[in-house]
Amino acid sequence: MTETNVSDAEVDRPRVPAPTITKPPRAARRLRRGSPVARWTLRLIAVGYVLGLVALPVGTVVQRTFAGGLHPVLESLQNPDLLAAARLGLIVSVISVLINTVFGVGAAVLLVRYRFPGRGLLNAVIDLPVSISPVVVGIALILVYGENGWFGPTLTKLNIQIIFATPAIVMATVIVALPLVVREVIPVLEEVGTEQDQAAQSLGANAVQRFLRITLPTIKWALAYGVVLSLARSLGEFGAVRVVSGSVPGVSETPTLFVNDNYQQFGPKAEQAAFTMAFALMLISVLFIVVIALLRPKEQNQ
Amino acid sequence: MSIVVSGISKNFGDFVALDDINLEVPRGGLTALLGPSGGGKSTLLRIIAGLEFPDRGEIRIEGKPATWLAPQKRSVGFVFQHYAAFKHLSVYRNVAFGLEIRKRPKAEIRSRVMELLELVHLENFADRLPSQLSGGQRQRMALARALAVQPEVLLLDEPFGALDAQVRKELRDWLRKLHDEVNVTTIFVTHDQEEALEVSDEIVVINNGRIEQTGSPTELYDHPANDFVMGFLGPVTRLDGRLIRPHDIEVLREATPGTTAATITRLLRVGFEVRAELRTETSEPWVQLTRGQAEDLELAPDGTVWLRTNHKATTLAAT
Repeated sequence: MTETNVSDAEVDRPRVPAPTITKPPRAARRLRRGSPVARWTLRLIAVGYVLGLVALPVGTVVQRTFAGGLHPVLESLQNPDLLAAARLGLIVSVISVLINTVFGVGAAVLLVRYRFPGRGLLNAVIDLPVSISPVVVGIALILVYGENGWFGPTLTKLNIQIIFATPAIVMATVIVALPLVVREVIPVLEEVGTEQDQAAQSLGANAVQRFLRITLPTIKWALAYGVVLSLARSLGEFGAVRVVSGSVPGVSETPTLFVNDNYQQFGPKAEQAAFTMAFALMLISVLFIVVIALLRPKEQNQ
Repeated sequence: MSIVVSGISKNFGDFVALDDINLEVPRGGLTALLGPSGGGKSTLLRIIAGLEFPDRGEIRIEGKPATWLAPQKRSVGFVFQHYAAFKHLSVYRNVAFGLEIRKRPKAEIRSRVMELLELVHLENFADRLPSQLSGGQRQRMALARALAVQPEVLLLDEPFGALDAQVRKELRDWLRKLHDEVNVTTIFVTHDQEEALEVSDEIVVINNGRIEQTGSPTELYDHPANDFVMGFLGPVTRLDGRLIRPHDIEVLREATPGTTAATITRLLRVGFEVRAELRTETSEPWVQLTRGQAEDLELAPDGTVWLRTNHKATTLAAT
């Protein structure tokens, strides 16, 4: 009760910036923290949980990668299939992220600013890839574009290869990462509303000028965050790509498929290559985490 | 006439926002659209700006038909209640926005923006971001931004509604002075009758999607067309079956011909004024007096006084 009264008085007084954190009374603080025994038990459980579940397996991969020193790692980097997989992974990720960025911004603007028939459906369908297993996405793509699929005969006649080729890998990746940009951008657009846009309009700006000068700068941090998330998701995708790619080494094998296939082969060379690629993927993930951590506070300041 | 509104109607679903509105706004004037929230005044302003389109009717701005023109094609400046500041741009860039869109030369933009910032007393804040300004400063910036492109018409939607009472009063006086200086045809929406009476040349009272009355502040206050306008523009009480302003009732110590006996039920002091709540045989009026008047009359609860309508008073038959 006392706490509420104090903060109310501060709100009523004009122009005095209210302290962001009000210290609760001492008794309340002690109560919230609990006894030292409970505190330490909770910490141990939390740390032990994370160590056992995440750090230990990840650490093992690092340890196995460099078990024979640096030389085998460098040698496996010469593996043409590994390089081909890395190249394919990069191409697929970049294309997918580009597609999802353009679609994501467009869909977010559409969903926030316009009311049209089918809006609810679009909103729901965008979230579908999160709830559907990637394997199902892969199978669905084959059912539509595969040899015996809906468009199969037409595609064969036109001599266009989609399934077991790069187009299907890109499509699968685009689908699984579909909602990431949209869901980052929508809350920001909702929060700023349409007044700035209308103000720009009354000042003479046309739709393109308004998008470039007002909307894009407003959503840029959310967009950057969404792009990083999409990039990470695209690089890490396995299930859907596994189904549609055919996983031919050097041709349609993405980095994750490369890790899987080489790990399952016998022989120290293949295993070393698998670990090298796994380590590279992990390194990129860590990089993304750092980038996201750097983007976050800026996003909140906006 | 600068703006001619003829036969404008607008529905939002089943809700009738505007019903056959006809209005002419003189060039160079400062016109207030006054009325309760949800009465349709903001919708009318947004239709004039092109941010909303009517179901029926026509808008002409400076003689040109503008009903279906996009906002960026009308020469109209718009100021929003919540400022609509471009948060990522400095005060300078905010004001320069319309000129940059029009691709004016850099030097011209610079001199025009600085001139406007001086006009709104923000010349020292050019490099700040809107988030570093107070509400009143942000609204002045928004005004400068709207004026930068030299619009034929300036539209303000509850421009001081989000500010605290003190700042609101200051900005009100300042807007009046600014208008006399810049002389651009201005329409502003408000639900504050004091604001409308104090600032505008002409008041348009809008209620339930219709215009109740149009006229100068004095005309409207002294000759309200109906009980709604009378009640909305100032305090109203009832005396012997008629509506009257509480400061138009004279209080006497002794009975004279044409007076009504009343018992004082309650005395209330509000700052410099005294409100006396009374009871006559047929009504329960209240009277607004100065402190001096109340003391001279030696008013006290349960005392008896005699009431008379001031001969210059406006009264309407109570319905």
